[in-house]
Amino acid sequence: MTAQEAPIEVASVESTHRRAARRHRVLVHLTQVAVLVVIVGGWQLIVQGDSRSVILYGVPSGIVDRLWTWVSEGTAIGSLGDQIVTTLEEALIGFVIGTALGIVCGIALGRIRFLSEVFGPFIKVLNAIPRIVLGSVFVLAFGLGLESKILLVIVLVFFGVFFNAFQGTREVDRNFVANASILGASRWQVTSQVVLPSAFTWIIASLHVSFGFALIGAIVGEFLGGYSGLGVLIKNAQGTFDANGVWAAMVIMGAVALVAELLITRLENRLLRWRPARLAGPDL
Amino acid sequence: MRAEKSKPAIELRRVAKRFTTDSGTPYTALRELDLTVAEGEFCAVVGPTGCGKSTMLTLVSGLERPSVGSVTVHGKPVDGITPGVGFVFQTDAILPWKSVLDNVSAGPRFRGVPKKDALESARDWIRRVGLAGFEDRYPHQLSGGMRKRVALAQNLITEPRVILMDEPFSALDVQTRAKMSDELLALWDLTRPAVVFVTHDLEEAIALADTVVVLTAGPAATIKARFPVDLPRPRVVQEIRFDQRFLDIYHQIWDALRTEVDIAYSQSTRLDTDRRAS
Repeated sequence: MTAQEAPIEVASVESTHRRAARRHRVLVHLTQVAVLVVIVGGWQLIVQGDSRSVILYGVPSGIVDRLWTWVSEGTAIGSLGDQIVTTLEEALIGFVIGTALGIVCGIALGRIRFLSEVFGPFIKVLNAIPRIVLGSVFVLAFGLGLESKILLVIVLVFFGVFFNAFQGTREVDRNFVANASILGASRWQVTSQVVLPSAFTWIIASLHVSFGFALIGAIVGEFLGGYSGLGVLIKNAQGTFDANGVWAAMVIMGAVALVAELLITRLENRLLRWRPARLAGPDL
Repeated sequence: MRAEKSKPAIELRRVAKRFTTDSGTPYTALRELDLTVAEGEFCAVVGPTGCGKSTMLTLVSGLERPSVGSVTVHGKPVDGITPGVGFVFQTDAILPWKSVLDNVSAGPRFRGVPKKDALESARDWIRRVGLAGFEDRYPHQLSGGMRKRVALAQNLITEPRVILMDEPFSALDVQTRAKMSDELLALWDLTRPAVVFVTHDLEEAIALADTVVVLTAGPAATIKARFPVDLPRPRVVQEIRFDQRFLDIYHQIWDALRTEVDIAYSQSTRLDTDRRAS
């Protein structure tokens, strides 16, 4: 190879590489669309001829119709926006309180040995029982309003965050703590400037799962008894043999969860920008 | 000399340190250890692996308490974290979520210095360790040598009269290490704090220190011998090792160190075979 040829060679290698990457991306997206078309189209074709199946299983075109009716004319229990806002309100308030409680308790128990020794068994027992059943208790005790749903969400969110915050606190590099102490940090400064940022890698990881739990808590709470919200919408749809209505509510939930996931990932990137760039690889 | 008359910077008297291992059996790391480091003295501690060199530093810093004996720094018994002490760790201990500037200014800010003053003095120290322009980088964006400089600046900014260093350069490549040693000596010369520099590298110890202390093989290590290093300063670490005087001192100390290294090595291999048998 001569010296003149070399730069051309490099440029062409680069552009070939870029083209290959673009082709790969297009291929992935096309396949995704194909999968969607096969599933939804197959569902439509199999079900649409049989009116009994349409009622029992729902049908994609019917779901789209139902969504359109809800958007344009509102639902039987008020406008669609109101239902989404109610459910989101319950989920978000509960998520914030549950997360805050989880972080505070997790770090406190992780830092103070006495507390973890005293409360460890209680927390293990509480975590072992199926907490969703507490929804019934809360509806009985606090009525059909927001409070019972928020409580259920808190109970569902708390434990995931708590265990991660606790573990994160215990995994803090002891050299970091020793270094900060020698530099003059008080116990509180060590907690806020060393332990909390270090544990955040763990805590953030739990938030993705916890927000899913928050939505589940809100929906199930409404399901068990409520005046408005997506859970009530689903319950009513089920009661009137309206499979399309159940699916339509589910589509809305899915969209809400995706947006929330996006926001949490943003928060993660913002709070953890001190970390080295993640290794290349497929991201789910 | 002024240092001779005043109280020693560090004094360990008849110190022993025992730990309880996870299986519950007691383990003696140090015993009957006497060590005095004068104001402004650069003292290197060498010894075979696992002889309790690092334990000694944690006792002086106040991170741990001795089981027996007394540890005093500037005449005051150590009780809790010793004030006026800097500690450079073997592994990176600068906080990865703080930028270089925030890391270096952390010490003063922990101690309640107003933010503006702390940042100003941090910029000054960042410049002195040769990292000007890197203030806003995070530790993972720096090389190993640069992270060590941050750790040095982070400690020196608090103007410690005693600096404890636990194999600070062992993770660096040989050339970076020699460069860092030269820079350490230059920085040390600015304020002349007392230094205890733990290392397993005898060459490094002699090139840097006024005094080299040899520890016996652990467990229950104690001081075997103490050698003055009367090489003139300023020294160039990479060149001083060809000096005839350096070689003489090296041979002298190595004679003392070799038997301990042999003991430690045979112990470690024996423990290995025991473990395999059980």
